[in-house]
Amino acid sequence: MRFIFKTDYDQDIRLVKHGGDAFWYGLLGVVLLAAPLWASEYVMSQLHFILIYSIVGFGLMLLTGFTGQISLGHAAFLAVGAYTEALMQAAGVPFFISICCAALFSAAAGAIVGLPALRLKGLYLAIATLAFNVIVEEIITRWHSLTGGNEGRHLKPVEILGFKLESDAEFFYLCLALTVLCCLACINLLRSPTGRAFVAIRDSEISASCLGVNLAKYKTMSFAISAGLTGIGGALYAHKLAFISPEQFTLLASIELLTIVILGGIGFLHGAVLGSVFIIVLPQLISLAKDWLPEGTAPSGLQAVAFGLILVLFIIFEPLGLYGRWLKIRTYFELFPFYRKGMFRRQKAYMKSDRLR
Amino acid sequence: MSFFRVENLGIRFGGVVALDKVSFEVKRGEVFTIIGPNGAGKTTLFNLIGLLYAPSSGRIVYEERELTGLAPHRVAELGIARTFQNIELFEHASVLQNLLIGRHRHRASSLWQELAFLPAVRRAELAQRDAVEKVIDFLELAKYRDSPVAGLPYGARKVVELGRALATEPKLLLLDEPSSGLNPEETDDMAFWIEDLKKHLGVTVLMVEHDMNLVSRVSDRVLALNLGLTIAHGTPAEVQSHPAVIEAYLGGPA
Repeated sequence: MRFIFKTDYDQDIRLVKHGGDAFWYGLLGVVLLAAPLWASEYVMSQLHFILIYSIVGFGLMLLTGFTGQISLGHAAFLAVGAYTEALMQAAGVPFFISICCAALFSAAAGAIVGLPALRLKGLYLAIATLAFNVIVEEIITRWHSLTGGNEGRHLKPVEILGFKLESDAEFFYLCLALTVLCCLACINLLRSPTGRAFVAIRDSEISASCLGVNLAKYKTMSFAISAGLTGIGGALYAHKLAFISPEQFTLLASIELLTIVILGGIGFLHGAVLGSVFIIVLPQLISLAKDWLPEGTAPSGLQAVAFGLILVLFIIFEPLGLYGRWLKIRTYFELFPFYRKGMFRRQKAYMKSDRLR
Repeated sequence: MSFFRVENLGIRFGGVVALDKVSFEVKRGEVFTIIGPNGAGKTTLFNLIGLLYAPSSGRIVYEERELTGLAPHRVAELGIARTFQNIELFEHASVLQNLLIGRHRHRASSLWQELAFLPAVRRAELAQRDAVEKVIDFLELAKYRDSPVAGLPYGARKVVELGRALATEPKLLLLDEPSSGLNPEETDDMAFWIEDLKKHLGVTVLMVEHDMNLVSRVSDRVLALNLGLTIAHGTPAEVQSHPAVIEAYLGGPA
């Protein structure tokens, strides 16, 4: 196992904590940068989706995993980002400006949805965000002149400074660059005062406010940043599919996004990526398994069942998700043979004063 | 100019008068204790000062500024920190992270600087860490620095909560039953720390406490409450021997 001898406070806040980190993330970087060399067209397409979902996952993780505010309406922010991008591209706005607008419009929508969050908690907030999702879906279906209604809108490939990103590889590098940027922004936020305030709100609103955290401001901020990231994801999503229509942004899509965060591991940025990989790979595994299934089983129905089942199993047996499972496996080998079964079990909290809730 | 004073403070929950016409003044640099049997209104008084409740009548004045009506987070920004009777720590975070959140009111960076983690943010973070390490040294928390709070023994959690309040560098510290749930040794340590932070850090302490040994050892002045009313006010010895206090705790003659 590795002992890190700390001689400087900076060692606790730097990005790369030790040589092992540098090696593995470096390796991941090289493998990803070389993806166009080793990946088939099909795998490339899946990688696009994984990266796009990761960005959205970071956004939702920031809100649900770190600030503790649930959202059942993130597909609506995805829609705001996607339609902003589609409309602006049609109007001839350069990509860099349009994607920034997609993020900003989404963030603005997020801030507005954040307002009820100041008063609502838990289930009630879930219902409020769910309602928002339904409203946005309705608006993009009905506002035919702007969004094209159910006929949807088509997008052209991304064009940066007159250079068209038409091949899979070019679009992949764009997604990769944006994913890395969003990831860095999240890491930076989480190691600075704002991120700490988010975590404080998640763990105990009452103490957070007694320590000077302005609950209203930070909750709104969390919603806005989360929605902004989702908007960036939405813009890329629109380009990936080259066609957007209201049925891509339904409540089910929101639940799928929440599944990413929960399966990946709530409260870890790694979880957003792992969850995205899982949710993209699972349908492929199911379609592989199809050959062994009795004839006449519909793969789409099977997928919904498998998702539901896996979600339930995870919540019962591994509430910390894939990343939590990985942490346990790693600790097992690091401490071998001293790993104890109850090591990650959280001690039940001592009596809390519920008078103050 | 008074440092901190409460004038005619009262609050009622429906028909229950939890506090009525409570007035006292805390001088800069002293330890002021509020005692009283269960249900006397001590914690209610704290929650009023922390602006978690709005008073039905009266005023709270801190450094000649009226506190009533401000948002709760403003209290911390003005330099008032508190601990809770039943501990309200950030369970899933380490001791270090808990104390760092205590530095929130000293943050200086904007959101955009933080998203890019500019050198200024890094410098500020290192300075915050430095300040937190001073608290860790002061309260001898070094061995728990990186442990998650959820796994710590009760006594240690109590000290972490004190540390988190101290990390805000308060001028006025509100301690809600600092010794509840502590064993005699830990209570002794707590008494030392309260004396030290008064002497060395110059923090004014306003506390609610049951343990009369601790009260008479550290407090300069004591206020006794019963059923929301002030029954005695003075030095620890005076209050302890006051007939109304004895009656409140032990019951009156039959």
